[in-house]
Amino acid sequence: MKKIILSISAIIIAFSSTVTARDYISIVGSSTVYPFATLVSEKMASEGMKAPVIESTGSGGGHKLFCAGVGVEHPDITNSSRAQKDSEFQLCQDGGVTDIVEVRVGNDGIAFAYAADYEWKYTNGASMAGGIDLSKEEIWQAMSRDNKNAPVTWFEIDKRLPKVEISIMAPPPSSGTRDAFDSLVMSKGCVKEMLVADGDCEAYREDGHVIEGGENDELYVEHISKEQGAFGIFGYSFLANNEDKVAAAKVNGVEISMEGIQDYSYPIARPLFFYIKKAHVGVIPGLMDYVNEFVSEEATEGYLLDAGLVELSPADRAKVLDDIANLKNYK
Amino acid sequence: MSNQFSHERIIQLRKKRSAADRRFKTYGLIATLTGMAILFFLLFTIFSKGYSSFQKTVIELDVMFDQETLKITPNATYKEQVEAKFFKVKKNAIANALPDLSKKDIKLMNKMFSINVDKEIKEYFLQNPNILNTTQKLLVTAHSDVDQMLKGNAKRNIEEKKRKLNDRQLEFFDEFVFTGRLKSKFNNFFFTNADSRHPELAGIAGSFVGSLFTLITVFLLAFPIGIGASIYLEEFAPKNKFTELIEVNIANLAAVPSIVFGLLGLGILLNVFGLPRSTPLVGGTVLALMTLPTIIIACRASLKAVPPSIKEGALAMGATKMQAVFHHQVPLALPGTLTGTIIGLAQALGETAPLIMIGMIAFIPKIPTGFTEPSAALPVQIYLWVESAERGFQEKTAAAIMMILIFLFLMNAIAVFLRSRFERKW
Repeated sequence: MKKIILSISAIIIAFSSTVTARDYISIVGSSTVYPFATLVSEKMASEGMKAPVIESTGSGGGHKLFCAGVGVEHPDITNSSRAQKDSEFQLCQDGGVTDIVEVRVGNDGIAFAYAADYEWKYTNGASMAGGIDLSKEEIWQAMSRDNKNAPVTWFEIDKRLPKVEISIMAPPPSSGTRDAFDSLVMSKGCVKEMLVADGDCEAYREDGHVIEGGENDELYVEHISKEQGAFGIFGYSFLANNEDKVAAAKVNGVEISMEGIQDYSYPIARPLFFYIKKAHVGVIPGLMDYVNEFVSEEATEGYLLDAGLVELSPADRAKVLDDIANLKNYK
Repeated sequence: MSNQFSHERIIQLRKKRSAADRRFKTYGLIATLTGMAILFFLLFTIFSKGYSSFQKTVIELDVMFDQETLKITPNATYKEQVEAKFFKVKKNAIANALPDLSKKDIKLMNKMFSINVDKEIKEYFLQNPNILNTTQKLLVTAHSDVDQMLKGNAKRNIEEKKRKLNDRQLEFFDEFVFTGRLKSKFNNFFFTNADSRHPELAGIAGSFVGSLFTLITVFLLAFPIGIGASIYLEEFAPKNKFTELIEVNIANLAAVPSIVFGLLGLGILLNVFGLPRSTPLVGGTVLALMTLPTIIIACRASLKAVPPSIKEGALAMGATKMQAVFHHQVPLALPGTLTGTIIGLAQALGETAPLIMIGMIAFIPKIPTGFTEPSAALPVQIYLWVESAERGFQEKTAAAIMMILIFLFLMNAIAVFLRSRFERKW
């Protein structure tokens, strides 16, 4: 065993001395931003530049890797489907990553979706025009563990809703989509009078009416197409690519759409970000080329828009471009 | 008493025993058939989903290579040809794909072609430079949405806004089909391209090469170390408490979940030694650690299987212990050792969890060319594709699974061949 350890370490040391500076960009982070970042990476590669390496680690995992330190062994950019948390900013400070530029790349909506071929009907049998319409409060009642009523069907929440059993597939806690859904729906839609004493607004019920899916969106499609009237929660870009299979409920009377997400009239919309390590600018070749390509009009109004990334409003965009030009620390 | 051993009673008992025998045979047969049925079901679903991925849809396009548009002269150098305006040629060709297209139509038409089309036109021209100022019929790659429509993976009898192709594009589609300009062709991109975000261009070459580099690293590390350790432990090590402890630990290591090795790689190889993330070097080292116990156990078993008389004979002729082991025992044990190593490598090929921990779950649009270049691996590629929203990646996922199964089958076939060809029975 000693021999094994010795020989392995000898080989590793021999190899590691040959490893020098990195000539490609290293990017980690959110699986929601991943499809867009990879499109930018491929665009750069097709123009003859070295393609950035993009890992899909999830928002939380990304910040952890990003904040570990400055140097070629640490990533240059982390994608995030939510703003960096204070605790993560502190982690960065502790790791020596003191200068961070925040770039808001676009907006994303979270769809409360059901199978496209399912027809919602009122209790009198008439079909609901334009699909089902739910308020945040109703979604909270259906999903909360600490709701006193513990409804079994949607009818028990509101008389206008059908007698269909509640069945919702929600993203796992490691997901940025879950974080955003919790703060936008679970905490805002929380009805205090219905909450049990010392109840937690953001806790999901555990009696089988809400189940946790994985990070794989295909699983959600499978679930909602198999179970009549079941819902799944996932990002807008997946919905936009699969509208023949899935449809989304209106939330607070607003249908999910690019425009609704851009001006935040659709209530479950959130910004997407990436964070740049300023210490690496000028050290890693092509870093700013990548950033500029990501926010260029060709990308945001062209191939990223086609892929389902909702553009920023002109005012937000101007601020982002300004921050990038001056490499302004966000905090 | 006498009744118990009467003739009838004995016949009766024998009938009962042979009935039990037959029943057991039936159970065994049912178990085997069930297992095979499940296996066939699995293979059938994967193959039926994935086989269409080996075909791609191409559209016949009349491409006019006139020198004004290309901005080159007939005696242009190669460099000038490479830099010619092929995107303009493509634009014209697409605008004239069907007669009388409005500006809006052209925009819609453009979305039915792959973004790779100008490159295809360019390659064709560079191979046949004498076609300048002629019009050629070229088969260019269609967009994945067209491909999926032709393969029947996308529904067409639904509302317009739910479809990827709108009504006007469907008219174009039908026109192309009617005039026979929409064709299926062998999908070479699937085997020659690295990963791409465009399903029609995505291929497994990048992850295949990444897996190959990883496996070479595993072999170079695990094979010599594994053989050295097993020869030493089997033949030279003193039998005491310490070596016993080592033996128990090797058996335990073989059962450690692979993700633990991934964490080890993350903690030691990346953070302490500072090796580059996402590279086959790190992936291979981690998988080598995981494979070592398998190789050591297989190698020791085959060393043990060599009859002691052979070694004793050598010793009796005056050979040293090392000579006896290396000249006689090791060559005889080699087939078994190689079989064990190949099975270990096959296991390493299918591992995903440790590679995720060391960052091989990455998007790499270029085929890697070295051990310290970032790359993906086959199982991770499957994971990345199954997560993609675009419909075209579903068949790609199944096809990638098929490739990994074929790869595994080949490796196991080599192991079986080696065993049957070279193994000696005593």
